[in-house]
Amino acid sequence: MPATYEPIATATLGSAAASITFSSIPATYTDLRLVVVATASTGTSENLRFNSDTGTNYSRTRITGNGSTAASFGITNADSIVGFNGISTTIPALFTADIFSYANNTNKTVLYTENTDRNGSGIVEYGVGLWRNTSAITNVSISTGSGTFNTGTTATLYGIKNA
Amino acid sequence: MLNSIVAFLNGGAGGGGGSFESIATSTLGTDTQSVTFSSIPSTYVALQLRIRGNSNGGPKITFNSNGTGYSEHRLVGNGATASAGGSTGNADFGNQGALVPGGGGGLSGQLTAYILDIHDYQSTTKNKTIRTISGFDANGSGSIRLGSGLWANTAAINTIKIDSDTGSVWYAGTVFSLYGIKGA
Repeated sequence: MPATYEPIATATLGSAAASITFSSIPATYTDLRLVVVATASTGTSENLRFNSDTGTNYSRTRITGNGSTAASFGITNADSIVGFNGISTTIPALFTADIFSYANNTNKTVLYTENTDRNGSGIVEYGVGLWRNTSAITNVSISTGSGTFNTGTTATLYGIKNA
Repeated sequence: MLNSIVAFLNGGAGGGGGSFESIATSTLGTDTQSVTFSSIPSTYVALQLRIRGNSNGGPKITFNSNGTGYSEHRLVGNGATASAGGSTGNADFGNQGALVPGGGGGLSGQLTAYILDIHDYQSTTKNKTIRTISGFDANGSGSIRLGSGLWANTAAINTIKIDSDTGSVWYAGTVFSLYGIKGA
């Protein structure tokens, strides 16, 4: 049986950078999965974008827990799908995004998670995002809201193919 | 000060191994009340069901055509409020339970995404626990739901039915994909 869950590409930062981009993504899979383990220069966020679209074509609904409070937020007409705002400079944050039917001709739905614990602070966040664009996704980028990802930050893009 | 690292993809890195296998896929050509995966082999240690699409009611999931023994807990965010809930003695999973109701609007707008994991589905000595994440966003409304569920039955799971409410349908174009995960 052919491999169903394949690593397409991995980027590991040898020096600080403000973004990581996967381009020329083949349309041969069903879903994509992005896994990012990051530290950053400041308490910044991780911003997910597709096809270099920086327009206000994104939105999300999320639920979060910060160790004392559970809350839910919705953001409309945003310029990215944003993960947790406050990545540590030393303790990695884990961000995952499942991008469903990325190559088809409907708007794109993403299920994402953000996890980090700093032994006294931290966050667990689950969310669903929407990119209002019916184009196939050929380019996925994760960027900081400010500052840079630290050296050693890794991002891996996987392809998941159904029967 | 943008300083991007760009990873180009030239035919893929290849070689993901055979631990995560696609068992079957159903893509609806017409609006359909339910989809069933049957004769599921017992050779994996876990199953993952992934759904992308919409329905105007439900969803509801049952195992082995059995309509008893389902209970669930959920954590829900609607963009304004986080809430939790649970229920017992159900005839299925879903429909205000562990899975978020469909976003509605056919497939022309926002689509609902579901991931359902079942570990030890093939066991004949253990009750079955599921884990779900599901949600939709409609740029002004939405729902994200985390769920856990119990099917109080030690039978190996060989059939999964994904239903919608009576009189409701899964819309044409909805994709149901069942994957098997192998152990070492």
